[in-house]
Amino acid sequence: MDTLLLSRIQFGANISFHILFPTITIALGWGLLFFKLRFQWTGDEKWMAAYRFWVKVFALSFAMGVVSGITMSFQFGTNWPGFMETVGNIAGPLLAYEVMTAFFLEAVFLGIMLFGMRKVPNWLHTLATFLVAFGTTMSAFWILVLNSWMHTPAGFEMRDGVAFATNWFAIIFNPSMPYRLAHMLLASGLTVAFLIAGLSALRRLWGDDSEEVKTTLRFGAWLGALLIPIQIFAGDMHGLNTLEHQPQKIAAMEGNWETGGNVPLLLFAIPDQELRMNRFEIGIPSGASLILKHRVDGVVPGLNDFVAEDGTALHPPVSKVFWSFRVMVGTGFAMLALSWGALWLMRRGRGVDALPKPMLLALSAMTFSGWIATLAGWYTTEIGRQPWLIDGVLMTKDAVAAVPAPMVMGTLVTYLAVYAALTTAYVGVLTFLARKACKGEPVLTFETPQSSAAEVRAITPGE
Amino acid sequence: MDLFGDPAVWLPFTFAALMGLSILIYVVLDGFDLGVGVLFPLAAADEQDRMVASIGPFWDANETWLVLAIGILLVAFPQAHGQILTALYLPVAVMLIGLILRGVAFEFRVKAPGSHKATWDRLFFTGSLMTSLSQGFMLGLYIMGLEWTLPHVAFATVTAVFLTVGYSFIGATWLILKTSDALQEKAVQWARGGIWGLILGIGAISAASPLVSPRIFEKWFVFPEIVLLAPLPIVSAALVFWLWRSLQRLPRPGDAGSTGPFVASVALFSLAFAGLAYSYYPYVVPERLTIYEAASAPESLIIILVGVCFVLPTILGYTALAYAIFRGKATDLRYD
Repeated sequence: MDTLLLSRIQFGANISFHILFPTITIALGWGLLFFKLRFQWTGDEKWMAAYRFWVKVFALSFAMGVVSGITMSFQFGTNWPGFMETVGNIAGPLLAYEVMTAFFLEAVFLGIMLFGMRKVPNWLHTLATFLVAFGTTMSAFWILVLNSWMHTPAGFEMRDGVAFATNWFAIIFNPSMPYRLAHMLLASGLTVAFLIAGLSALRRLWGDDSEEVKTTLRFGAWLGALLIPIQIFAGDMHGLNTLEHQPQKIAAMEGNWETGGNVPLLLFAIPDQELRMNRFEIGIPSGASLILKHRVDGVVPGLNDFVAEDGTALHPPVSKVFWSFRVMVGTGFAMLALSWGALWLMRRGRGVDALPKPMLLALSAMTFSGWIATLAGWYTTEIGRQPWLIDGVLMTKDAVAAVPAPMVMGTLVTYLAVYAALTTAYVGVLTFLARKACKGEPVLTFETPQSSAAEVRAITPGE
Repeated sequence: MDLFGDPAVWLPFTFAALMGLSILIYVVLDGFDLGVGVLFPLAAADEQDRMVASIGPFWDANETWLVLAIGILLVAFPQAHGQILTALYLPVAVMLIGLILRGVAFEFRVKAPGSHKATWDRLFFTGSLMTSLSQGFMLGLYIMGLEWTLPHVAFATVTAVFLTVGYSFIGATWLILKTSDALQEKAVQWARGGIWGLILGIGAISAASPLVSPRIFEKWFVFPEIVLLAPLPIVSAALVFWLWRSLQRLPRPGDAGSTGPFVASVALFSLAFAGLAYSYYPYVVPERLTIYEAASAPESLIIILVGVCFVLPTILGYTALAYAIFRGKATDLRYD
């Protein structure tokens, strides 16, 4: 494999591993603030118990997000120097504002949030919790501004091959930014909804009857049921925005080769880029035209419009985009069915006890479904941006560093091994924390005997 | 040249200064918590928990200074960022793996099943060691002009060891400040053992950089610079002497003098850093690229600078708040 492909896989692996954790912390930060405020308003211990359990998950996820994020800031330089050399004048300030307005805020107040509950007044601890949630969201804002700008660049001019900013308002509020930001924040909310519902369902299956776990299960199911229709709507809007600005991506998502009307919505197909056709397809007649243009004869762009005169494709690799998109949409509809099904079973005050075992099993199986949908969505949009790094401005192949391929291979294999081990450990520890909580054991203490007295004090309610 | 007239002159200078400040703050702050990680295997199990408790609320924010420093390099001097990081490809990868391991081990060691704790403790140490060694290696290679030749790699290996010892020294002085009793006594021992690494490290770098670069030699060993710069080595030597003396007398009753070694170490790191900054100015890639050649467009830098003027004092303010909240001795490791 060549340096370009290896570097792409490496950056893809890093950013895929990284996004798993911010996806959780962005929304979970607000969830924790909600739990804490509910406790303050109601005085009901179950909310504090929920806070204490989920703050552990938050701390672990946050640490994973921080360290995997540092990796990326270095890889811009080690593997993709062409990116900053070409668009540093635009990407630079955006990244700088992310560090300055988000990273420090969340990192410093996280210390107070995790370790300061008994050292600072309650209002300051609540404020710290708010600032951590706010910081994670600011971070999402800035990085999605930059990412959106790479898809729909605006507000700049090129001079001698280098981009110069002409209008910062246009750069920040570039055409795809509002849609992408909304889509991502909702994805974070859904990831957390199913994570909370799934782990709580698992605890129910293991016989946990506490008010805390019933509350979080209900919370997760409700949050999922509320957000998923909004997400489907927001995703549709985002798709229409992409149709306007990156039609080649939509063509790949739909697996449509020839521009025209009455384009079917393909449920299954095997796109073949060599033959430039789908080898097999099952579709709903005129479905894509209806969704994208709201009329049966609506014209949908085709991939054959995006081929250079010498025959090289100026559109993304079709089957990867086509299938990523279907995985994302499929997961989304499974989320819809499951969360609404759970609410229906709990209708009219029947509560969490009314959820039968198969429903609990299904919810547990969906614990990390948000990860699958988020990754599939990101693959759709980012692979869909190829062969461009910055749409119409910079090709991916022109930004890569000339690091020898075996060296990239070596670091790639190392990263992959570390990421696989850490993801396993992360899922394992979450399961372990859930099992420990079922047994009524404190979730945040040591197992060393000499500190057991301190443990008991540490979990005394009402502190 | 008119320093404040031409934005193509004063903006790169300002950003180089900001980057230098971030690197210095990073080296001091993450230096002590990396050092605590390097010292980890030397302590008993309950002492390890206290060591983690002494850095727990801070390490995350400490590492953010690295992100800021690399961020300024990235945004203000994009060409230099590419040149430096591609030259340092492998040590950067080692450092990143190290940072990942130690950062997550922090959390895993208290949340994973008890039987796994020893493994995470080992990874915490390994990660801290990898990070310290690779940073020292990068420093050495940078001084040698970022070229991979056998003598350069040998020198970088030496600086890798010295910086690691230096970090464990400042880590030990942090523990003297933040702990008491048996652990504090151990920390004093560690500091006594580590001070030699610091002296040799600063000495090796001070000797090597003028020898490698005639330009740096010219900047130091000509009149009147040699006189004007004399306080730098003299004060450093005085600090080392004072540190050595005060470590012989610690710990003292009533915890007297436990702050001094840490403060003196910070001063020593700062002086060493000032010397390096003086040597390499105006180059950002040694002997190849100056900050003025590598800088981004002034209109982009000014946008960032406006933000920096408002945000940096705020960051310093709430960082100080965090250190004030968690002042005093670290006791049990408690997550609430």
